Amino acid sequence: MALVERTVPSGTTWIDRVPGIWWAIALILLIMPVIVNDFILFQVFGWSLVLGMIALSLMFLAGYGGMVSLIQMSVAAMGGYMVAIFGTSGVAAISMELPWWLYIPIAIIIAAAFGTLVGALAVRTEGIYTIMITLAIASAFFYFARQNYGIFNGYSGFNLVVPPPLFGVDWRQPVPFYYLALGCAALSYFAVVYVSRSPFGLALQGVRDNPRRMAALGFNVTAHRIAAYTFASVIAAVGGILLVWQNAQISPGTAGIPAVIDILVIAVVGGVRRPVGPFIGALIYTVLRTFSSDILTTFGLSGERFKLLIGLGFLAVVFFSPDGVLGLWERWRNRKNRDSDPLTGEPK
Amino acid sequence: MKKALLASVATCFLLPAGAMAEDTVKIGVLVALEGVFAAGGADGVRNVEMAVEQAGGMAGGKKIEIVVAPSDTTPDTAVRQARKLIEQDGVDIILGPLSGSEGIAMRDYAKTVPDKTIINGISGALETTWVDPAPNFFRFNLDGSQWGAGLGSYVVEEKGWNKVATVAADYSFGYTNFLGFAVDFCRSGGEIVERFWVPLGSSDFGGVIAAMPDDIDAIYLGVGGTDAINFLNQYEQAGAETNLIGGTIMADQTVLTSKGRAKDALIGTPTSGPLATDDPSPAWQNYVKAYQDAFPEDERFPAPSLFGVGYYVAALAAIQGLNEVEGDLSDGQVKLREVLSTKPLETPLGTVTLNENRQASGSVFITEVVEDGEGGLKVELKSRVDDINQTLGMTPDEFRAMGLPSRDTPDCAALGGKG
Repeated sequence: MALVERTVPSGTTWIDRVPGIWWAIALILLIMPVIVNDFILFQVFGWSLVLGMIALSLMFLAGYGGMVSLIQMSVAAMGGYMVAIFGTSGVAAISMELPWWLYIPIAIIIAAAFGTLVGALAVRTEGIYTIMITLAIASAFFYFARQNYGIFNGYSGFNLVVPPPLFGVDWRQPVPFYYLALGCAALSYFAVVYVSRSPFGLALQGVRDNPRRMAALGFNVTAHRIAAYTFASVIAAVGGILLVWQNAQISPGTAGIPAVIDILVIAVVGGVRRPVGPFIGALIYTVLRTFSSDILTTFGLSGERFKLLIGLGFLAVVFFSPDGVLGLWERWRNRKNRDSDPLTGEPK
Repeated sequence: MKKALLASVATCFLLPAGAMAEDTVKIGVLVALEGVFAAGGADGVRNVEMAVEQAGGMAGGKKIEIVVAPSDTTPDTAVRQARKLIEQDGVDIILGPLSGSEGIAMRDYAKTVPDKTIINGISGALETTWVDPAPNFFRFNLDGSQWGAGLGSYVVEEKGWNKVATVAADYSFGYTNFLGFAVDFCRSGGEIVERFWVPLGSSDFGGVIAAMPDDIDAIYLGVGGTDAINFLNQYEQAGAETNLIGGTIMADQTVLTSKGRAKDALIGTPTSGPLATDDPSPAWQNYVKAYQDAFPEDERFPAPSLFGVGYYVAALAAIQGLNEVEGDLSDGQVKLREVLSTKPLETPLGTVTLNENRQASGSVFITEVVEDGEGGLKVELKSRVDDINQTLGMTPDEFRAMGLPSRDTPDCAALGGKG
């Protein structure tokens, strides 16, 4: 008495439905520590995963919600600051030294509350005005953190902020940190994929495409948008906590205007249509950031012009593909498909 | 072709620079090449190149290889780049960083790489070598509080200014530089009537100027760059009634070469710092000449900048250390550290020795702003105070009891002054 018609042949499981390339990528990511050295692992991949998570929160808002928010880096920094304030740091006068199971949730909640509050202000605006209002709040956060000595310890911020030594592991060592970042990034990625297919995510995409019609259908447009900010802020907060652990310190510059813009650049370069885009963008960004001055010196040019190379790289990506690197890939695949026979799929 | 390219890119990633020849020594230069200090940072790189050139490209029988790592003056980037220098490029010694908060971050980072040596570029935060210093972090330049030392007693004794109000930037360098001035000033019996702290990047000083007490001999001005120009403009408009005393960053080229008449208020203003461009000592004059000869005029400053001198001195220290140990960096560079800690270094700014915290003691130059006769301003050397140490002449316990630089530290009355 099968009430539900099975759409998938009974022999296949969900494992078969995932394309082989995904398994290959997952495998490579898992065995990365034996492929590359500690520096690449910690500095390039660790940092890419962390920045990718923060950019992923922007991708969620921009791609599914149609809201380009520049507050995500500030939310991440808020999470990082809260870990320093409620946890341990080199500034004993401010840090409260709570246990890790208390300060990590507190940090995420406060950062999410901050993101939600900004979202509540920003969702009443559209397009460029959303960008303006979130940029304004992001710079206000930067200046506030720089001048407030009671809570944020002003210009110098907090140093010696390290992850708690759980299970006897020093999580700041390259391999543990890589797996920690990979785990958090994978969780955030699947959370975004899951939410985007859930009723809430579908309604959010409806709101993005036609808010007026969604309102007429009885959906609360504002509430959906604010909830999207809350969800994105949780991801950004986790990214911010990992970021402060990786750097072992946080200061206002972490959430300065250049850093805020960098997150936007990462998301745009990677592509904001799919959740994997921000991670690709982050990898490109960190590789350029880390090696651009070496590349210039190799060609006998002055290493001081490293920013030029980063800028040219981004310009090239955006110029050739408005959807970022992912867009390039999709276009290439479409062209390949066009060349094949539409009936049989065989190459012509 | 594509495969070959991919393969070569992949090898770049997979091979750390560990496979380097035995007879080279790699020196990393961590320097700000982005942001407000970019021009000064570039001068730092130039000076390191010049020092290496003067040494014939060799130190301790090994060839010197320089790797430059650009930072943007944020501590995050400084630590990332330092990690790249050590882990990826395999350098033995790092010269840098440039700014104060980077310096504190590098102190903490240095503790995680005990087998390497870090020689400070020109960062000047007091905490870097005072609070929990790292055993492999050396600073051959004076810190921000030392730069202010000697100025306080100069204004009391030479100028007879006993009552001042202070306007200084509300961040760590502002506090630190002010502390150096205030300690000396209060010990000479001076009185600080009122302290004003202004945020970095202020454009409106109207409130501060209006609240300025009437019965003061001078205003101490511890702001720099465009902040200083804005203050001077508004101060001029408000009548410019009293004398000025400048912090180290106030009378720099950006202010002295600015347009407009506001800067005229600066004429006769005493200031202090780690160098004086008209210092007649042969060491300094030879250095300036070597700098001017080494680079074409459009690729350098008229005279070496503060940042440039700092990196030059750091490079000298590294080269002298390597020569002394004959390039022996075995055993986690223990011999090099011994030499760096104990051997005095001859620099263009005079002889520098390090104390037990590996912090330099050296000379501070008191200068005054004068007209250069061509409608512009320049600074003129007035006096030189030698052997300024980290604790500004106090015992370490006294200095510690005073507290770290902040809005309210130092307490002037406790030092024998008033206010």
